[in-house]
Amino acid sequence: MIPAEFKYLFPSTVDEAVRMLAEEGEDAKVIAGGQSLVPVLRMRLAAPTALIDIGGLTELTGVRDDGDSLLIGAMTTHYEVQRDHLVQDHALLLRLVTDTIADPQIRHRGTFGGSLCHADPAGDLLAPVLALDAVMIIAGPSGRREVPAAEFFVDYFTTALAADEILVDVRVPKYTGWGAHYEKLNRVAQAWSIVAVAAAVQVRDGTISAARVGLTNVGSGPVRATGVEEALIGQPPSSEAISEAALRASSGDGYKDNLARVLTGRALTAAVAG
Amino acid sequence: MTATAEPEIGKARLRKEDARLITGQTRWTDNLQLTGMLHMAVLRSPVAHARITNIDVSRATAMPGVAVVLTGEDFAAEQGSLPCAWPITEDMKSPPAPAMAVDQVNFAGEAVALVIADSAYHAADALEAIDVDYEDLPVVLDMEEALRDNDLVHPDLGTNKCATWIFDSAEAGVGTNVEDEIASAEVVIERTFRQQRLIPAFMEPRSVVVDTTAGMFTVWSATQIPHILRWMLSAVTGISEHKLRVIAPDVGGGFGGKLQVTPEELLCLLVARRMGRPVKWTESRTESMLSAHHGRDQIQKITLSARRDGTVTGLKVELLADMGAYLRLVTPGVPILGAFMFNSIYKFAAYRFVCTNVFTNKVPTDAYRGAGRPEATFAIERMMDELAVELGMEPMKIREMNWIKHEEFPFNTVAGLTYDSGNYEAATARAMELFGYDELREEQARRRSSGDVVQLGIGISTYTEMCGLAPSRVLGALRYAAGGWETASIRMLPTGKVEVITGTSPHGQGHETVWSQIVADKLGVPFEDVEVLHGDTATSHKGMDSYGSRSLAVGGTALVHAADKVLAKARTLAAHMMECDEADVEFASGSFSVRGTSTVRSLGDVVLAAHVAHDLPEGMEPGMDADATFDPDNFSFPHGTHLCATEVDTETGMVRISRYVAVDDVGTVMNPLIVDGQVHGGLAQGIAQALYEEATHDEMGTLTTATFADYLLPCAADLPAFLTDRTTTPATSNPLGAKGVGEAGTIASTPAVVNSVLDAVRHLGVRDIEMPMSPERVWTALQGRPDPGAGDVAAGGLGSIDAQGGQS
Ligand SMILES: Cc1cc2nc3c(=O)[nH]c(=O)nc-3n(C[C@H](O)[C@H](O)[C@H](O)COP(=O)(O)OP(=O)(O)OC[C@H]3O[C@@H](n4cnc5c(N)ncnc54)[C@H](O)[C@@H]3O)c2cc1C
Repeated sequence: MIPAEFKYLFPSTVDEAVRMLAEEGEDAKVIAGGQSLVPVLRMRLAAPTALIDIGGLTELTGVRDDGDSLLIGAMTTHYEVQRDHLVQDHALLLRLVTDTIADPQIRHRGTFGGSLCHADPAGDLLAPVLALDAVMIIAGPSGRREVPAAEFFVDYFTTALAADEILVDVRVPKYTGWGAHYEKLNRVAQAWSIVAVAAAVQVRDGTISAARVGLTNVGSGPVRATGVEEALIGQPPSSEAISEAALRASSGDGYKDNLARVLTGRALTAAVAG
Repeated sequence: MTATAEPEIGKARLRKEDARLITGQTRWTDNLQLTGMLHMAVLRSPVAHARITNIDVSRATAMPGVAVVLTGEDFAAEQGSLPCAWPITEDMKSPPAPAMAVDQVNFAGEAVALVIADSAYHAADALEAIDVDYEDLPVVLDMEEALRDNDLVHPDLGTNKCATWIFDSAEAGVGTNVEDEIASAEVVIERTFRQQRLIPAFMEPRSVVVDTTAGMFTVWSATQIPHILRWMLSAVTGISEHKLRVIAPDVGGGFGGKLQVTPEELLCLLVARRMGRPVKWTESRTESMLSAHHGRDQIQKITLSARRDGTVTGLKVELLADMGAYLRLVTPGVPILGAFMFNSIYKFAAYRFVCTNVFTNKVPTDAYRGAGRPEATFAIERMMDELAVELGMEPMKIREMNWIKHEEFPFNTVAGLTYDSGNYEAATARAMELFGYDELREEQARRRSSGDVVQLGIGISTYTEMCGLAPSRVLGALRYAAGGWETASIRMLPTGKVEVITGTSPHGQGHETVWSQIVADKLGVPFEDVEVLHGDTATSHKGMDSYGSRSLAVGGTALVHAADKVLAKARTLAAHMMECDEADVEFASGSFSVRGTSTVRSLGDVVLAAHVAHDLPEGMEPGMDADATFDPDNFSFPHGTHLCATEVDTETGMVRISRYVAVDDVGTVMNPLIVDGQVHGGLAQGIAQALYEEATHDEMGTLTTATFADYLLPCAADLPAFLTDRTTTPATSNPLGAKGVGEAGTIASTPAVVNSVLDAVRHLGVRDIEMPMSPERVWTALQGRPDPGAGDVAAGGLGSIDAQGGQS
């Protein structure tokens, strides 16, 4: 388990990092927490010629209040997300999801942005970020651009990032006061989701006024369960309404289809209760 | 007979090994750095069955730091065949087992070339520059298909059938004829179970260092068997045994997986001899999973006959056992070790066991924790539940009415063994009480009638096993190539400190602690004054090493005998020193005294007197050391009752163990903390077979579970709090009364879990679920659909990355 030889670069600003990426060309890679990239390197499934370590870019760490939304720096670790008050108050779903990721060691190193850029459909942060209508703020040679989550996740391990771009921040609208839950089925504690469902629900005057539901690991990327969301609007937060809506999470009869429906029901039930 | 108020034996001491093992501040093989050392990396076949038509090493040889690149051709003349020490039948087919493939590979992971370089990094880099051309041969993976002999793993053998081994109680004169029992039975149950392939998954990967300095071959290896390894390496290479020294420094687990003479040990030795320089090889986890031996992998067809009242009469066992591509050290014998245990604690009139060993293009199988006995225990405990279901009887009742009663010991079994002692009633009563059996049955009934989404199951395993391997004459009768004795030496040092040398080879079990406790009690010296030396053939010149839960029952007994010899000699000298008759000498708390007087000599005084030898009795040799070797008369038979409650989520198929009680009878306990530790670890591995672990291959024979991301191991968070307790029925086959506890937890727990899950969902129409009982398998069974196999939703720790084929 020894990776192939690579050059190691340690930029101190985002601009420098972007420049290095351009200079090193197609075979250069950004390394954040290394929790997905290092195993890939060690198994020699990838052999980048240069690694650009963005661990020194303090401008990419932490969560900021930006009016109607939060800005989560790409290098914010899972551990920091778990303990952040802004996240707790305005994007509770993200904290609940992050609590289920891997184990404490990995949560101390792995990053919010790294998880999204890695774009493993089994990764837990993709579906909630999609469901919460987050926007990716990306830095490249010609400046910054914004890409909505729905366009960011392209396929298995593939995002809208160009080879010379870096994810800088993720803008997450505030969901203050929404109930939330992440229902994850995995076999052992450090294993990834077989299927998981992220749900955030707003209940006003005994009626569901808005809902966000995202499915983890049911396809080549995160899936937004819009059918479920629509079926919930205007309904009471009752078990009947939830069961009815959850059926729309999937129409197939395979194991994962079943899980999508069952876990959606459970996620919504817990979200409206909390 | 002790220096301290409290006896050492039975004390829950923390292990003296703990600090160094837990912090890693110790000598693991991979930590060794020798001057001028070269590093070996192994190129492994990516295909399961192929002819090697060409190997081009020119690019690799030119890479930085590379000393030489070697292929099978380079070793063909000197590598011989790796040993198989257990030819189970006279006509067993045994293919040559080269350490490195020469012109044909027979499993994916087999060594095809070596890079020897100045660093592990350079060696790994150059591997990628070796070009090998393979010409594919048909791949044989399925045992039943293999037996049709359409495609052959080893064409020269003419068949994929390795051997058939039979035990028949009527032929052996220890029971009636099983076919008669089946023909006349009121009830006959036939079931087929699959023991999936498992990977021992020791924590420390294998590592070997060979040094040829000063005309000696010194081999350090992360092995369980330094003594056997030395013997076998000498036999294979022709290097004189007295010029070979094998050292097993601290070893990080084995579970049978390091009970092996590995290709890499042999190759390192040959390379060091060729290069005249020290050589190191340390494997990666994936390499370990691809090439270190696997375990289990059997298909078990079981027929049980009984009367309508629940009395069992006959048991017929027909096994297919997957050998993999080659016979390693004890490969063919592992299923045979189970032959004596399928009848378990029950009184069958007739028993027949037929095992067919089969070659396939997979990694060789061999010993894995329990070796043969977990398979047997699983089958019989599953069958007892099936019988209970068939007859509508309470599963514990049906066991109780068939098991050997405590007053019936010693008991001659239908498999030809004599169980010396046991008390199944006592262990079961204690387990039922701790478990709250009746309350849980009530809870189960409530959930069933309310149609709860989460159903409750209760699983029973009333097991026994055979350990304390082994009486040498029995091993001889089974055609095993070695004996089963063990040896110990005690060196009494002039300052009164004690060195113990043992032929056992601990790799995490805590022998240093327990051996010290035994000696402290026997000799009345402080625990801290005893040092235990092991694992180096230069200090511990003979031994049969550690496996088969043998070390305490056999090696501990040798130690007791050595201590008795020390005391006997010391008593003679003490009498001489105190000028009294030996018959008047008493020994207590480390001191000799003359009965009825105040004259006292401490053992230390006597040892010093023996050492300086100024005044010894006529004819007495100086010194106070002693050696003893013990060959047991019989195996020992731990037993116990394990009860497992599981909650099965019928909507997701997820299984959660809600309560686990293990009451084991492992005989007299030396150190309860260590016994609990062995039970806990054993349970984890047995539960993991039931729920998590499975080595799978694709249709090309590539192992698809070659990382811990795909091969699921549970961790502490995934397992329940275990409720453990013991009953104590001492073994009569050794003076310690110890039976053995290294494997019991693994042997007992797998059927307890599987029985429990089935018990939870049987009323929903489920009759069986294959192991490991993944949520997908459980859910699929609940839908009444056929088993989906291991499935593609194993979902381990690398997300969707497929370690073999890239990102899926
Ligand atoms: C044993 C184990 C269990 C795990 N379990 C889970 C789990 O249950 N759920 C889960 O969601 N995750 C899990 N993870 C993954 C973990 O969450 C990682 O943190 C995450 O996948 C990647 O984050 P990272 O910071 O480590 O990224 P890295 O590994 O450093 O990078 C991953 C990829 O993203 C790219 N990248 C990273 N940051 C940027 C950026 N800012 N801009 C552009 N490209 C970037 C890299 O080039 C690389 O291709 C697990 C990991 C391990 C080792």
